[in-house]
Amino acid sequence: MKIMVPVKRVVDYNVKVRVKSDNTGVELANVKMSMNPFDEIAVEEAIRLKEAGKAEEIVVVSVGPKLAQETIRTGLAMGADRGILVEHDGETEPLAVAKTLKAIVTEENPDIVLLGKQAIDGDNNQTGQMLAQLLGWPQGTFASEVAPEDGSLSVTREIDGGLETVKLNLPAVVTTDLRLNEPRYASLPNIMKAKRKPIDMKTPADYGVDMGTRLTVLKVEEPPQREAGIMVESVEDLVSKLKEKGVI
Amino acid sequence: MALDQETRTQLLETLDRFVKERLIPAERAMAETGEMNQGILSEMRELGLYGISIPEEYGGLGLCLADEVEIAMCIGQAAPAFRSAFGTNVGIGSQAILIDGTDEQRRKYLPRLASGELVGSFCLTEASSGSDAGSLKTTATKDGNHYILNGTKRYITNAPTAGLFTVMARTDKTTTDGRGVSAFLVEADTPGVSVGKPEKKMGQQGAPVADVIFENCRIPAENLIGGKENVGFKTAMKVLDKGRIHISAVCTGLAERILRDAVTYAKEREQFGEPIANFQLIQAMIADSETEIYAAKCMIRDVAKAKDRGENTKRRASCTKLFASEAVGRIADRAVQILGGAGYISEYGIEQLYRDARLFRIYEGTSQIQQLIIAKDVISSY
Repeated sequence: MKIMVPVKRVVDYNVKVRVKSDNTGVELANVKMSMNPFDEIAVEEAIRLKEAGKAEEIVVVSVGPKLAQETIRTGLAMGADRGILVEHDGETEPLAVAKTLKAIVTEENPDIVLLGKQAIDGDNNQTGQMLAQLLGWPQGTFASEVAPEDGSLSVTREIDGGLETVKLNLPAVVTTDLRLNEPRYASLPNIMKAKRKPIDMKTPADYGVDMGTRLTVLKVEEPPQREAGIMVESVEDLVSKLKEKGVI
Repeated sequence: MALDQETRTQLLETLDRFVKERLIPAERAMAETGEMNQGILSEMRELGLYGISIPEEYGGLGLCLADEVEIAMCIGQAAPAFRSAFGTNVGIGSQAILIDGTDEQRRKYLPRLASGELVGSFCLTEASSGSDAGSLKTTATKDGNHYILNGTKRYITNAPTAGLFTVMARTDKTTTDGRGVSAFLVEADTPGVSVGKPEKKMGQQGAPVADVIFENCRIPAENLIGGKENVGFKTAMKVLDKGRIHISAVCTGLAERILRDAVTYAKEREQFGEPIANFQLIQAMIADSETEIYAAKCMIRDVAKAKDRGENTKRRASCTKLFASEAVGRIADRAVQILGGAGYISEYGIEQLYRDARLFRIYEGTSQIQQLIIAKDVISSY
């Protein structure tokens, strides 16, 4: 079985994101970037499937700037086999990425495309679903458990109010949720070995994909400052305060 | 081998995450129980930390010292006991074999030291020989194809967890100084070896230190390091010379951590209606600390590169260890001062790091011994 894991280079989750002064986006200059945490979970799950003898090859794919090579390298250091970078400097909207991934899938023929449910930059939560639709493949989104069976995949999904288990025929698209696993730290010897693993450099033109944007960002703003709350002594106090505010 | 920039960055970023996500959150439990978390130990083994200085042909990473010190500065940001767990394998517990051992000794022990399967420990100090290490009294007496070791070693780091001891013992009993000392490899399960009770210490809880006792301990003659008698003290000094540079980096990593904690506090703590970080007397302490950190880093990086070029770094290694260990002491002291009352309360964590830092001015050569080495070398050069 072959697994393809799309990964995205995003602002590191520890960074306190700041809005640019002209409100066109968030500040990216001199900001630490790393692999989208949900994608890291996807890489980890692919490696676990390989370690369990259920998969033979893991290909890490990214659509993004040249520096996204580092993100792919992280996946290789964790244990993936090779990488493909589709170099693109501008915006990467979910549909354009899904189309690019579809083209790569056609070349690579993976049995599973395993990716994060969303990237922590735009929180779009669209790429996996769009890719499944474009490919006409079954999808298991928000996976908290993935178990391969003969020719199919059992995926436990986190849904509102509980868990749902679906059985997917392969090939399929699976998107990962937070509780699927806890990704490993790439070991130092593997980080050094990852340097020798191949990364294919491609462009969107190689796949005939138009990366032009379809969405227009009007304005990016800081969330409103939260105001301090008050402590109330009793339930009666609470009710009267709420009445005072006209909430009830 | 020197790493390329991208690999080095990735390696340090991974370790930085490990320090922040795993080590720092585990500090308190370790300080309270004195026990090292076994899960963290196995993670450190899997990460490859035990083998950073051991050549690739023996299963390590074979990093040059310039890269090793960056790792030491990174790991040094967490409580020093974590670094100590693998530190002896990187330094004093493996380097004697690497520097002066025979090929056979290297092949036999280095791969297991690199993987962390075997913990190495270095036995030089005794009850009556600390700074005057050459006067040690442990003896090794040749008996056919064996040596018989007798004596007691004191304050031996990682003795309770060690599988292999590098032991300095006197082979030429007509001498009383370093000239009659040889270095031996002693496996911990050899009959006649016993380890004392771990000492209760001022700081660095979780890094076990104990006596190691040799009582008619018979070891094969091939365990004499390098197969040569009476050169063991020189071997020990070479090991310590490199170790001093590594320890300086650990000191400086810890200094950065302490300053960061103090500054974070100073920006939050308000007095007279504003954060205390706005006050110039606090700022002076911050500025002095940062200046010393920067100076120490420059010294560490400079001497590490010189060592990688194969230069004699004895004087510079001592200068660096003297400065970096004294600096972290001053910085820890200022941090306690910046936190004020909170600095004295264990809940805030600074007092633990203050106690942890105190050891650096003592072990791997006290500050006074560094001063003597430096002065002697300078005087003899004019």
